[in-house]
Amino acid sequence: MGINWFKYSSPQAFHPLAGRMIPWFSAAALALIGIGLYIGFFVAPTDFQQGDAYRIIFVHVPAAWMSMFLYVIMAAWAGLGLGLNARPSFMMAQAIAPTGAMFTFLALLTGAMWGKPTWGAWWVWDARLTSELILLFQYIGIILLRASIDDLRRADRASAVFALVGVVNVPIIYFSVRWWNTLHQGASVSMTASPKMAATMVTAMLVMTLGFWMYSIAVTLARVRCVIAERERQPSWGKNSSIQEVAEAR
Amino acid sequence: MQWGSPTEFWAMGGYGLYVWTSFGATALCMVWEVLAVWRRHTAAAGESRDLS
Amino acid sequence: MSQPSMSEALRGVVRRDLLLAMRHRSDVAMSVFFVVIVASLFPLGVGPEPAVLRMIASGVLWVTALLACLLSLGRLFTADYLDGVLEQTLLIPQPLAVLVVGKVFAHWVISGLPVVLLSPLLGLQFGLGGDSLGVLTLSLLLGTPTLSMIGAIGAALTLGLRGSGLLVALLVLPLFVPVLIFGAGAVTSSLAGIGSEANLSLLGACFLLSLAFAPWATAVALRIALE
Repeated sequence: MGINWFKYSSPQAFHPLAGRMIPWFSAAALALIGIGLYIGFFVAPTDFQQGDAYRIIFVHVPAAWMSMFLYVIMAAWAGLGLGLNARPSFMMAQAIAPTGAMFTFLALLTGAMWGKPTWGAWWVWDARLTSELILLFQYIGIILLRASIDDLRRADRASAVFALVGVVNVPIIYFSVRWWNTLHQGASVSMTASPKMAATMVTAMLVMTLGFWMYSIAVTLARVRCVIAERERQPSWGKNSSIQEVAEAR
Repeated sequence: MQWGSPTEFWAMGGYGLYVWTSFGATALCMVWEVLAVWRRHTAAAGESRDLS
Repeated sequence: MSQPSMSEALRGVVRRDLLLAMRHRSDVAMSVFFVVIVASLFPLGVGPEPAVLRMIASGVLWVTALLACLLSLGRLFTADYLDGVLEQTLLIPQPLAVLVVGKVFAHWVISGLPVVLLSPLLGLQFGLGGDSLGVLTLSLLLGTPTLSMIGAIGAALTLGLRGSGLLVALLVLPLFVPVLIFGAGAVTSSLAGIGSEANLSLLGACFLLSLAFAPWATAVALRIALE
């Protein structure tokens, strides 16, 4: 292909590229979410068992999927940054974290909203909810760790290491809590037993997930532009020079 | 899915509180996030030279 | 003079840390007293009913041991970091991960092992008896070194940072959860008569896994903190 992708690995080149991509992803997000909401509220029928409360899954499940998906993507960028010693990779990881944390919080909140009318409990300690809670702690840990370190290079690399450690931890937590639930027979209610889903329900859920995904990309790109601009002001990575000086030196 | 009337729609079969809190919180969070990033962008771009 | 071998370097690190700790015996006492005091708080908060205490014993004692480990993590690298010894350690030709194992082992002997040795007494306070006391001790014997190794990652990541005490807790507690589940679960299943082999095996697996990966991750984190 004729495009030299590597030129976009410099922040100054990526900044305008990201800027051009944002409107497309935003439009896609709005369209998909709009369609998803329409199908969810005006096409999908009322559920036999759960009444209309089940419609919460149209935000709960997409938020939960995005929270996990974004964590993995963030960890991938973190790993790439550590492996290639590439600053833009760390910037992408930095930009993803807040959105991931937000979706994790929403997954927990909407999960509680769904659980109360359906199973009578605001919270149960089943594997998925507990893992989601730990995931929120890990997101917050990454954000706070980065905020506590003044040196940019150390902040990038330390939060990257923690992101990678965390990505290993989540499946382990999931397994151990599943195990723990089987030991303690009392906690047998699973919040995740979804209703038998009509095709329209599944469609709405998938469309909403896609919409959330487009939204995440748009917001992440916008945030990474902020990160690029902010870092340009500070002494750059490891050296006391700005992007401007480095660019002029070339 | 036919809703009998707007009232029925908002009531969501008696579960309106839960359903609309969920969707409302989601919408609120997403709008807030977009605004926060927008604010951050104006602050950052205002202080550094124009990159785009 | 020939290069010291890896095992010699390991022993050297352990010996040095233990010697230094012996000069400050209060460090050993601190972990022990912390566990004793905190474990005593729970009956005071919950009530002295034996049935209730026996039910919460495994969780309370395990969480207490976990918190003791967490609080002692600040002592793992900080002293060496502050007087420059840590930077020198990074320059030693032996693999940093091996040296980390040495430091964590010495640290465990000082703050984790006393808790393990004390646990039967604490178990008795909570009405545990016979088999479950033994399971408690064994679970802590396997679990506390695991917690120290995992905690070392957090200690290395937050080296020298302001507010690092709380930050370490936030980073490391999610990583402690599986160990807590299997460790306390071992005691609970022993009390319920189910048999604790499964939980203890899983705990052992956690120990081996952390031994394989945590020192390496800690070494990476140390290098990041000290560049």
